[in-house]
Amino acid sequence: MQKGAKYHWLQSVHDGFFTFLYVSKKTSKTGTHIHDFIDLKRTMSVVVIALIPALLFGMYNVGYQHFKAIGEFASYGFFQVFAYGFIKVLPIVIVSYVVGLGIEFVFAQLRGHEINEGFLVSGMLIPLVMPVQTPLWMIAVATAFAVIFGKEVFGGTGMNIWNPALLARAFLFFAYPAEMSGIKVWVSLSHADKVIDGFTGATPMADAAAGNIHFSVADAFFGFIPGSIGETSTLAILIGAIILIATGIGSWKIMVSTFAGGAIMGIILNIFAVNPYMHLPFWQHLILGGFAFGAVFMATDPVSGAQTNKGKWIYGFLIGILAILIRVVNPAYPEGMMLAILLMNTFAPLIDHYVVQSHIKRRLKRARIAG
Amino acid sequence: MSEVIKLRKGLNIKLKGSAERVLEKLPTPATVALKPTDFPGLTPKLSVKIDQEVKAGDALFYDKYHPEIIFTAPVGGKVVSINRGERRKILEVVVETDKGAGSVTFPKVDPSNLSADEIKTQLLKSGSWPFVKRRPYGVIASPDEKPKSIFISTFDTAPLAPDYNFIAEGQMNSFQTGINALAKLTDGKVYLGVNTNSAFASVKQVEIKSFSGPHPAGNVGIQIHNTTPINKGDVVWTVNPQDVILIGRLFETGKVDFTKIMALTGSEVENPKYYQTVLGAPISSIVDGKLKKVNYKQRIISGNVLTGIRVKTQQYFCFYDSHISVIPEGDEYEFLGWATLGSKKFSASKTFLTSLFPKKEYVLNANMHGGDRAFVLSGQYEKLVPMDILPVHLLKAVIVNDIDKMEQLGIYEVIEEDFALCEYACTSKIKVQDILRTGINTMIKELG
Repeated sequence: MQKGAKYHWLQSVHDGFFTFLYVSKKTSKTGTHIHDFIDLKRTMSVVVIALIPALLFGMYNVGYQHFKAIGEFASYGFFQVFAYGFIKVLPIVIVSYVVGLGIEFVFAQLRGHEINEGFLVSGMLIPLVMPVQTPLWMIAVATAFAVIFGKEVFGGTGMNIWNPALLARAFLFFAYPAEMSGIKVWVSLSHADKVIDGFTGATPMADAAAGNIHFSVADAFFGFIPGSIGETSTLAILIGAIILIATGIGSWKIMVSTFAGGAIMGIILNIFAVNPYMHLPFWQHLILGGFAFGAVFMATDPVSGAQTNKGKWIYGFLIGILAILIRVVNPAYPEGMMLAILLMNTFAPLIDHYVVQSHIKRRLKRARIAG
Repeated sequence: MSEVIKLRKGLNIKLKGSAERVLEKLPTPATVALKPTDFPGLTPKLSVKIDQEVKAGDALFYDKYHPEIIFTAPVGGKVVSINRGERRKILEVVVETDKGAGSVTFPKVDPSNLSADEIKTQLLKSGSWPFVKRRPYGVIASPDEKPKSIFISTFDTAPLAPDYNFIAEGQMNSFQTGINALAKLTDGKVYLGVNTNSAFASVKQVEIKSFSGPHPAGNVGIQIHNTTPINKGDVVWTVNPQDVILIGRLFETGKVDFTKIMALTGSEVENPKYYQTVLGAPISSIVDGKLKKVNYKQRIISGNVLTGIRVKTQQYFCFYDSHISVIPEGDEYEFLGWATLGSKKFSASKTFLTSLFPKKEYVLNANMHGGDRAFVLSGQYEKLVPMDILPVHLLKAVIVNDIDKMEQLGIYEVIEEDFALCEYACTSKIKVQDILRTGINTMIKELG
C-alpha cells in the first residue's frame, strides 16, 4: 500500500494478520541464499507452549483454592473446579493480550515496521504473575504501562532493558500496594462467599515470613497453594523448563545458575538462622512463591538478560542469591524474585560489559605473546 | 601426522544433490568473461578496447591503485563486449574465444630455482596474482607485503561443496609445484589444512594441520585462527587449493592455462557431477539442459548456498568459485508456515521435527522464512563460530561504526564466509555478511 492511500493507517495491522497466517514469500537478496526455518513467531510460540502447563494448572488451582476456602471442594468434580478457574482466568488473559497487542499495533503503524512478536509471550506471562483477584482494569493499566514504558520507548522488542511482564507486576505492586498484597488477593472469593473457619488466604511464604511455617512440601511442589496464577506449581513449571531446554529456546545456563544461587543463599541463611523464616530448609525456597517461575520464564528472557555465555552464569547466580536474600531479610514483603530479576535486568549490560572486556584483554594478551 | 584439531562449534547443512565423483570434459565455451565485481574493494581500469584481439594471459583490466596487478584473459580471442552497470561501473569484460589465439608464454622452470621476486613477477604478469588473497579482509594480496605465513585449506565443509581430493586427482604434481612457488614468497611456513583421508597429506614443503568438525571447519579463516591467529599487524595469505594447481601449471607449462574443474550441485540438478571447463566460463555452458524441468522458479548460485552469488544463465562464473549450486527459489507463501511440525524443515534450532534426523539430506529454498527483526535471541551465533570471537558484539561494533572495538573484537580475523552460518541460523534474519563487509570496508578506508 502506498503512503497516503486510503486505509494506509491499517498497513501494519494488515501485515500483522497476513504474516500471522502466511509465511512471507520474500526470498533472500544478499548474503546467504538459504535461511533457517525458525523465526520470531516460531520462537515465541514455543515459549507460549511451554507456559501452557502452568496456565492450565493455574486455572485449576484458582478453582481449587476457591472451593477449599468455602469448604465445598469435596462436592465439586474436577471439571467444575477447572471451569471455575477457567472463567476467572480467561478474562485476565484476554485483557492482557487485547491491551498489549493493541498498543503494539499502534506503534508498529507509527514506526512503519512489522508487528513484533515479543508480546505473544509477555501477554501470557502477565496473567500468570498476577494474583487472581487483581481487577481487570488494573491488568489493563499495568499492561499498557509495561508495553509503552517498558518496551516501546526503548524501540520495541529486542531493545527493552527490563522484562515487560515483570514490569507490569512491579508497576501494580508499587502503584496499588493495598490491592496487590496481603491475604485477600490470592484466593478468588466474592462478597457472598462464606469462608470456613481457620481460612486465612495467605500464601505459605507470607505465613513463613510471619514466623509460621506450615505447608505440605507436596502441595508446594504440585502447586496446591495460594499464589499468583501461574507460579504455584513447580511441576508444571518444570515441564515448561524441559520444553524450553529441549528446543534450545530458553537458556539452561540461566536456569541452572539461578537455582544454584537460590540454593546457596538458602544454605547461608540456614547457617545463620536467627528467625523461623531463616530456618526454612533452603531447597523449600526453590519450590515456593515465584522462584521457579521466575527462574524458568522470566530470568531467561534473552533481551533483558545477560547475553554473553559467561555473563549468563553470573546473571542467573546473582538473581538466585538476591531473590532469597530479599525474600527472607526484607521484612515488608515475603517475595523477592520480581525485584531480584528486575535488578539484575538493570545490571545485565554491565555484566556483559565486563565479560566483553575480559575477552578483549585475553585477545590482547594473545597478541603480546605472539609479538 | 600431527594431532587433529577438533572443532566442535558449527553446523553441517546437508543438502540434496551433492556431486557424484564423475568428471565430464566440456568443450571450450564460446565466450569467457572476467568480472571486476568478484574482487572486493577493487577499482578496475580497462586495458583493452572492444574488438581488440587478446591471447590467453593478456591483461583485460588492472587495479588502479596497484597497476602491477593485472587480470588476464583465461582464453585467447577477441574482446566483444564490456558490460557496465550503474554509474558505468564495469561488470563484465567478455572475450569471444578463438582456439588459434594462443597464450602469452613464460619460462618453463621449477620455481624452487627461482627467487621470490622472479616468482612474483611471473604470477603478476600471467594474471595469477589475484589467486593470492590476504587476511585481514579477504582481498587480493599486495605484492610488496611480507606475509607471516601462507595458509591453504584443502577441504570445504560448506553445503554441497566440491571435494578437492577429487578435483586434484592426477594434478597433484601441479599442486606441489604451486606450493613450491608459494613457499618462496614467505619467510614463515606454508600451512596446509587437511581433513581425514586427505590426498593432500603427502604434500611436501608444508606444515600439515589436521582438522575435524562441522562447517565452518574447512574455512581457511577458522583454521588460521585455531593454529596461528592473526593479531594486529599480521598478514597471512590464503589460496584456494584449485588455484594452487593453476599456479603450479603456469610454472610447469609456461602458458596461461586456467582450465578448472567445477561441480554442478543442488537439488534442482538432474545428475550432479563434476565438469572440466575454464575460468570465467558462462553459467549456461555448464547448466543448460542439466536442470530438472519444474514449474517453479530455480535459483542458480555461483559458489555455495551460504556465500555464493546469485547468477543468471547468461552470466559468468565467479573468479574464486569451484562450484554451482541450484536450489528452488521458494517465492511462495506458506499458510501458517511458522506453526507446522516441520518434518522437512531443516533448522539449526531444535524447534522442528527435523532435529531428530540430523543425518538426512534436505531440499532447502531461498525463502527468508520470516521477517526482519532486531536482535532478540542470544547465544545463537556463538554456537556456530569456532573462534575465540564474540560474533554479536563484533557485529554491533560494526553497526555503531566503532573502529577501536572492531579491532579489539577481532575484525582482522574474519571475513563473510566465517560468519555465514550465523546469517543462515539467525531468528531475526539479520544480514550478518553485509554488516561484516561494511565493517571491513570501513577498516580498509580508515586504516588502509
